[in-house]
Amino acid sequence: MAKFFTKEHEWVEMDGTQATVGISEHAAHELGDITFVELPQMGKSVKQFDTLAGIESVKAASDIYAPVSGRVVQVNDKLEDAPELVNESAEADGWICKLEGGDPAELGSLMDAAAYAEYLKGL
Amino acid sequence: MGYCPNTPEEIREMLAVIGAESVEELFAPIPGGLRAKSFDLPAGMSEFELMGIMRAKAAAGGAGITPFIGGGLYDHVIPAAVDHLSGRAEFYTAYTPYQPECSQGTLQALYEYQTAICRLTGMEASNASLYDGGTAVAEAALMSLRITGRNRVVLDASLNPLHREIVCGYLASLSAEVTGVAPSGCGSDLDRLMGSIDAETAAVIVQNPNFFGSVEDFSALAAKAHEQGALLIVSCYPIALGLVASPGEMGADIAVGDGQSLGNPLSFGGPYFGFIATRKRFIRNLPGRIVGETVDKMGRRGYVLTLQAREQHIKRHKATSNICSNQSLCALRGLIFSTALGKKGFEELALLNYDKAQYAKSRLGAIKGVSVLNAGPTFNEFTLSLPKEAALVVERLLGSGVAAGVPLGEYYPGMEHALVVTVTEKRSKTEIDRLAALLEEALCS
Repeated sequence: MAKFFTKEHEWVEMDGTQATVGISEHAAHELGDITFVELPQMGKSVKQFDTLAGIESVKAASDIYAPVSGRVVQVNDKLEDAPELVNESAEADGWICKLEGGDPAELGSLMDAAAYAEYLKGL
Repeated sequence: MGYCPNTPEEIREMLAVIGAESVEELFAPIPGGLRAKSFDLPAGMSEFELMGIMRAKAAAGGAGITPFIGGGLYDHVIPAAVDHLSGRAEFYTAYTPYQPECSQGTLQALYEYQTAICRLTGMEASNASLYDGGTAVAEAALMSLRITGRNRVVLDASLNPLHREIVCGYLASLSAEVTGVAPSGCGSDLDRLMGSIDAETAAVIVQNPNFFGSVEDFSALAAKAHEQGALLIVSCYPIALGLVASPGEMGADIAVGDGQSLGNPLSFGGPYFGFIATRKRFIRNLPGRIVGETVDKMGRRGYVLTLQAREQHIKRHKATSNICSNQSLCALRGLIFSTALGKKGFEELALLNYDKAQYAKSRLGAIKGVSVLNAGPTFNEFTLSLPKEAALVVERLLGSGVAAGVPLGEYYPGMEHALVVTVTEKRSKTEIDRLAALLEEALCS
């Protein structure tokens, strides 16, 4: 399944109307050792680019924005005890949450993997 | 580098940035009554002259008056160790403990303070203190909004009226809604409180013992709140916790209160400290400083400020609170007081308060025309119904050197004849008997 990226370094994978969300490997690397992931509340509804969750590392505390709209239907509760999963596997096992009810058309305003790689080169 | 702030040039620049014509225009939103009338201060004076003025002010501030006043702040014994230890230069002059490498004493004391507050309140996590009881209730209300993502709090009107005002003041600038629930007599109206909790309620806020002195059991209210996904916030009186079930035992999610009664003198209004403690799972939503225990690279125990990502020097406007300081020295006094008493001492102190107040309650309640309004149990405070307006009676007894209590009329319209009387361990039988005699005389004449 194709990943799409935001300028704020979130990634999203959409399966129909369900979206899996995480932060990019680049972001995880930049943050350094991640100490806490503030998971969103189940049932919370967000619009695209709203604040969705929070993440803290030894270096910084940052917001995680919703790459697409939707309602939180699942959170990766493994991160409660093992936030380091985001460092180890940001774009697979370290996913943050799943949103339901999103509009795949919103992906149009995001970058695909190639465009994101280009974007990172320019930072 | 020159340090001359606010030159006329700088003032012009700053005003230009915010688009105000003058300093006067900048301050215009502050109501006239709250503005300084003049900045013309008198000339400086010698230490000797100043001490004379301070002595005169201290003498005019209630010295020689026997207080039966409580209502949130109390006249308790302060063991000599509190003044002595808190006055040590290592504690007295230590400011913000940002640097663990040179602040281990202060950090360890605050860590122990947090432990003491958790043990007293039956909670799992405390911060390093807040300003006072009222702001602690308000911070707890804000916490409940953050935790639940909801927008309404239910406020029991038998909570200290000054604290209620602070909560409403804090919430007024947010879009949060406050639903007040009037008391039933001198007790909390539990049925109406429970009926006010719905799926939009962030928290129910109550006080134990309440402002009328009634001791309540909020266990069923906690269960009802949790059923609806709401939190229970209990404001409590630490000295009562030696006898009364703690907020934690009742199922509360956040316990708050004023810490003045723990080793801090009344001092004509402060400084005091507030405390706030919660369940471990809500610790990231606590406002203010938290001290944690850790080990250094040699494996030795040490203390540091922890979970700082909550705070505004990291998270700016997204911080849990704009509180970034605490009342370290007052909290330290609270710790020394608590440590000096210990668990057994707390129980004995609470029992002494209860026993003396029970004596006063039966003694005063027996006066002709006077009745006790509390239907249930009380701790060291109770509410009397007088045959005359309470404020006038208090005024009259002040002339005889006795402050009889807090008249309720100012806070609860319709209760002009009600008086809240407080009896701490410091009041002797002779003093209580004198209050009874003076009250009887004032009411009969």
